[in-house]
Amino acid sequence: MDIYIDKTEEENFKKLDEILETHGHDQGHLITILRDAQEVFGYLPEKVQSYLSLKLDIPISTVNGVVSFYSLFSQEKKGRFTIGVCLGTACYVKGAKDVLNAIKEELGLDSGETTLDHLFTLKDTRCIGACGLAPVVMINDDVHGKVTPSDIPSLLHQYIKKSKEEQDD
Amino acid sequence: MENIKEHDEKQMKEEQVSVYFNGIEYKVPKTVTVLEAARMNHIDIPSLCYLKDINEIGTCRVCLVEIEGVHALQASCVYPVRDGLKVKTNTERVRRARKTAVTLLLSNHHRECLTCIRNLNCELQNLADQLGIRDIPYTGEMYDYGFHNDNPVIQRDYNKCINCRRCLAICNKIQECHVYSPINRGLDTVIAPAFKKDLIEVSCIMCGQCVIACPTASLTEKESISDVWDVLSDNTKHIVVQTAPSIQVTIGEEFGMEIGSQVRGKLVAALRRLGFHKVFATDVTADLTIMEEANELIERLKEPEKLPLLSSCCPGWVKFAEHFYPEFLQNLSSCKSPHEMCGALTKSWYAKKYDLDPKDIINVAIMPCTAKKYEASRPELEVDGIRNVDFVLTTRELARMIRQAGIDFVNLPDEEYDEPFNQYSGAGTIFGATGGLFEAALRTAHYLITGDEIDIPDYTDARSQSGLKYGEITIGDKKLSIAIAHGTGNAKEALDNHRTGKKKIDYMEVMACPGGCVGGGGQPILGGKDHKKISLDYRHNRSDALYNIDKSMEIRRSHENEQIKKIYEEFLGEPLSEVSKKYLHTTYVDRGKYPYVRTNE
Repeated sequence: MDIYIDKTEEENFKKLDEILETHGHDQGHLITILRDAQEVFGYLPEKVQSYLSLKLDIPISTVNGVVSFYSLFSQEKKGRFTIGVCLGTACYVKGAKDVLNAIKEELGLDSGETTLDHLFTLKDTRCIGACGLAPVVMINDDVHGKVTPSDIPSLLHQYIKKSKEEQDD
Repeated sequence: MENIKEHDEKQMKEEQVSVYFNGIEYKVPKTVTVLEAARMNHIDIPSLCYLKDINEIGTCRVCLVEIEGVHALQASCVYPVRDGLKVKTNTERVRRARKTAVTLLLSNHHRECLTCIRNLNCELQNLADQLGIRDIPYTGEMYDYGFHNDNPVIQRDYNKCINCRRCLAICNKIQECHVYSPINRGLDTVIAPAFKKDLIEVSCIMCGQCVIACPTASLTEKESISDVWDVLSDNTKHIVVQTAPSIQVTIGEEFGMEIGSQVRGKLVAALRRLGFHKVFATDVTADLTIMEEANELIERLKEPEKLPLLSSCCPGWVKFAEHFYPEFLQNLSSCKSPHEMCGALTKSWYAKKYDLDPKDIINVAIMPCTAKKYEASRPELEVDGIRNVDFVLTTRELARMIRQAGIDFVNLPDEEYDEPFNQYSGAGTIFGATGGLFEAALRTAHYLITGDEIDIPDYTDARSQSGLKYGEITIGDKKLSIAIAHGTGNAKEALDNHRTGKKKIDYMEVMACPGGCVGGGGQPILGGKDHKKISLDYRHNRSDALYNIDKSMEIRRSHENEQIKKIYEEFLGEPLSEVSKKYLHTTYVDRGKYPYVRTNE
């Protein structure tokens, strides 16, 4: 009995098969495979975890145990952009809390939540090693340093614009 | 799993070393842990997460001891002995550390002992008492981890879980169903099925071994007691009760009797005093199962491609096959389990015979088993819209009802079962122990094939507690490879061996629980003060008791049972007849390993 894959999901699951192939269906590569799978799907839904459990012959309880253990993995659909506000010591004393609050207010979100339009996911993070730029906000792979609360609206606007442009293309 | 008695004896013969406990020298086997060595010599070291041979992970820190020359306290359950080892089990430092460990557990435990199902039978409660914990100074935030109650069998109170992982260990190592895993991290950790789903949503077989393993009331059976009290007060109903063969050798334990006490007469007497109108022995329909299954075996022997035949009387095993080995479903015997057969017959043959309306009959089954609760709720198990069995009570629940009714069980007189389900053969009785079904079926199959009786049929071979046994038997000119497995992990091994051709089988008996029904998930839990360590050896005494009953029976073969002959004459015709098929046989469902996701079928 195979897991049902919808037409709209076929492409992603094909990529998942390729990932499994690259890793030789090796149980020992579970974490790397999960990471690559998250790249493809954006998160790790039940179906993806079950599919990997089936193909790697690892009990689903174990797979889910690993996924739920590491904060690297998300089981919920994340936004197009993940905003990470560093709350490490240096950023914290430089006012990161105020920056975080400004974003919360602007987006109407709490930490760990995603906007309804799946554009932004807000997270607070531990030190990301860019203390010289404190306080630091990461949006996907972009690092923004010396952020103040008043920068927030324009900063977010850049990404809203970026997303619109993507859609128009 | 090895025979624990044999295992202990073997260890005693091993090379001995000297270990000093609290300054006194003891000779102990070289390969044991400090905890085992202490227990062998009647030195009490408390423990919580430890389950001999199953869960030895040193996580609860309750069995801490001081070891000379080692700075930190050590968990004795995972510390091996060596010659000259000096251990202190009873110093102020040790006492304080154990107390702290348990106090911390209690600080985030839902402490509702008075109304808890495991009140007075809880290992955590016993420990708190033993360690003299009088206050819990840690007053941090109480987490709410939730409560799951969405299936008819097992309920999970995460707020009473102490993360000992005994449920996980028994499920992974013995049953190999891999239902549980630590989910989340740190304070958020729960020992739960994937995605923290309810057991009914995942590939759980409902065997209840996790319930037996749980030291607290985090995992318990879902009680049907109040439902049964309700029907007992309903004067319009005719309420019959049936008891599985193994109940008579286990329920005594609930009332302080020796393990393996045979209390059939008192059991019947107690049920009558609870208000049941008729008390039946499931052993009778166990005989019937044997008749049907032996005939099915004979049928299949004519078409060897339909072999192997796999027994189907254990609902935990049936669900295991449905989840993990759907390709073998066609090999499962189509026979319903004995209690469902009893249910089907009480609402057909018995109803007609005694001029009762089947709709007014309530059949309550006293079972050693949590999976039977699930089985009774299966949609297939009804005939003409009438449920075969209405309620299933575990041995533990029945004991609670007897206590609630104020019945002095130990001093009850012995009474007999009611007609027409009162005469059974020894073959029906040994159903309750691993190897028993096979042995019983063999007695009958031998007669049916060869026309000869096997003389005194005592195949002791089928009775050892080894988890998977293979054998060759010859009936007439037929040679059969048979296997007997208990613990679904062992059944898995046998099926894999069959599939790969490593070891082919023609017939296999499977009982999901280690030891068979005597070790069932609904049997008494020995969590009281006298049973600090749960091991599996008590199952020997229980099954020995069943075999002793068999030996003392005049009729030991199912096909000699007069009542069975009568049921065939008056109602069924012959084994595997159309009527038999309608009332006594069933079908199975391919459930897959991931019942919560949509599959291609």
